[in-house]
Amino acid sequence: MDWFPLYNSIRIALISTVIIFFLGIFAAYYIAKTPRLVKGVLDVFLTLPLVLPPTVVGWLLLRLLGPKRIIGAWFLENFDVKLTMSWWSAIFATTVVIFPLMYRTARGAFESFDETLAYSAQSLGLSNSYIFWQIRMPYCRQGILAGTVLAFARALGEYGATSMICGYTPGRTATISTTVYQLWRTNEDRSAMKWVLVNLAISFVVLLAVNMLEKKNRAGKKGVL
Amino acid sequence: MSIYVDIEKNLGSFRLHAKFEASDETIALLGASGCGKSMTLKCIAGIETPDNGKIILDGITLFDSDKKINLPPQQRHTGLMFQNYALFPNMTVLQNIQAGAKREKNKAKRRDTVESVMDSFGLIEFADRYPHQLSGGQQQRVALARILVSSPRILLLDEPFSALDSHLRFKLEQEVRQVIRKFGKTVILVSHDRDEVYRMSDKIAIMSGGRIEVVGTNEEVFANPQTRSGAVLTGCKNISAIHRVDENTVFASDWGIELKLPGLTDGISSVGIRMRRIRHGNGENSFRCRVVEEIEDPFYYTVMLRPIGAKEGSPLGWLMSKEDWKRLKAPEVVVCLPPESILLLND
Repeated sequence: MDWFPLYNSIRIALISTVIIFFLGIFAAYYIAKTPRLVKGVLDVFLTLPLVLPPTVVGWLLLRLLGPKRIIGAWFLENFDVKLTMSWWSAIFATTVVIFPLMYRTARGAFESFDETLAYSAQSLGLSNSYIFWQIRMPYCRQGILAGTVLAFARALGEYGATSMICGYTPGRTATISTTVYQLWRTNEDRSAMKWVLVNLAISFVVLLAVNMLEKKNRAGKKGVL
Repeated sequence: MSIYVDIEKNLGSFRLHAKFEASDETIALLGASGCGKSMTLKCIAGIETPDNGKIILDGITLFDSDKKINLPPQQRHTGLMFQNYALFPNMTVLQNIQAGAKREKNKAKRRDTVESVMDSFGLIEFADRYPHQLSGGQQQRVALARILVSSPRILLLDEPFSALDSHLRFKLEQEVRQVIRKFGKTVILVSHDRDEVYRMSDKIAIMSGGRIEVVGTNEEVFANPQTRSGAVLTGCKNISAIHRVDENTVFASDWGIELKLPGLTDGISSVGIRMRRIRHGNGENSFRCRVVEEIEDPFYYTVMLRPIGAKEGSPLGWLMSKEDWKRLKAPEVVVCLPPESILLLND
């Protein structure tokens, strides 16, 4: 069995998770501080990929990144790089699709933060970056971790936008989900089932981890109060 | 040394206008919840920004809207303690106090300060515990220790005892009083508890609807709270609106009685009398009253009286020791409201 799709799926999921970990937290932290109207608008906009069909996301991405479209053409001209149809093109798709998961869980975690902790820390002379990394993040740790794991799981399973932006080339852009589709289409049911089982196993472990984190989170909160 | 505060801030339903000064003493902001007293502390600490005004601490301008000065909280050296103590839950007692000492850049000095403060607060044995493993009283001690190692120029205590059980309060009050005495600089205490305020502070500022109505020493403010809300906040339970009948006489409409009040000035819209100040027997402003209700407390009685002839209105409360009421008990009694005990109040 050729394990490339597993390896490819995992590296795509890992890289996009690292990106949205910072992007999601950054967005959640700063958007929470904006005025209500701005917050409402940004919130809708940033959550949109969660409810849009992945094919719509894929189509929109192709409109931007395709070799003849604004961004795609610019990169092709200046760097001689084609943004679509390579293995890392999938990262664009997964990043957009999983961003709302991270953004929303991080925001939920930040909203539960007791601001008096930050106020006290400020008046004790602690810098804002110290407060963020040593007080706010540890306080919200479990929520953020749960969001990260969930986002990773979703990235691993992304199909629609991924297949549109990088297609299916065995050994180059194939991921687990595109491989399953391809195998099913070509009537290789036994091979498809292997990949289905692999995917099920990974998702199972990830969701178990999320559940355990959430439970720990609840227990931790009780302790704090 | 001293603090000078004169700030204004729009809070939606009302406008906060706090103006007071204090030297090396404890000043209490006494007010009902939502009157703007906590907001005033937050403005001093730099967590909230006033719309305009000035805050000067020990000669250093913390905030000045005209000169566009607004120091960040980190540079204000205000030791702010919240009701819930705001201990960092992910840090041990030791780490919490070390975090408070970060302003001191010399590591050896910092270690010494942390150690000596922890020792004086009896916290050495709790060094490795987390806040949620401590009792309310211990948490308060950690919070105070953490503030004191941060080299504050002023202490701002926001309802410091309201999160505690009443039996703990008394003991902790004593501890905090000791801390304040040792600190020796300005302390601003925010509270809605008149007894706590009286015991803890040198000066009281009564706050209502965002304004500081009266400032004075404890004795002055309790002897003459000047305003209706001042009277309520200092614990006066008998308050009535009045209209003037003639030069020395008013009609107290809530009680339905006429009172002689020599030397009454204009602008007085209500009168009050503390429940303990009502006297038994004849004298100026004496009335025969029917006993409407006797309320028994552990150590005293509150007797509710309705002056005979008064048709409507609220009864007067009269507080006395149990022994006294046992001696005087009757369905009708004669009491007098001595003019010198009547509080003259404006709105």
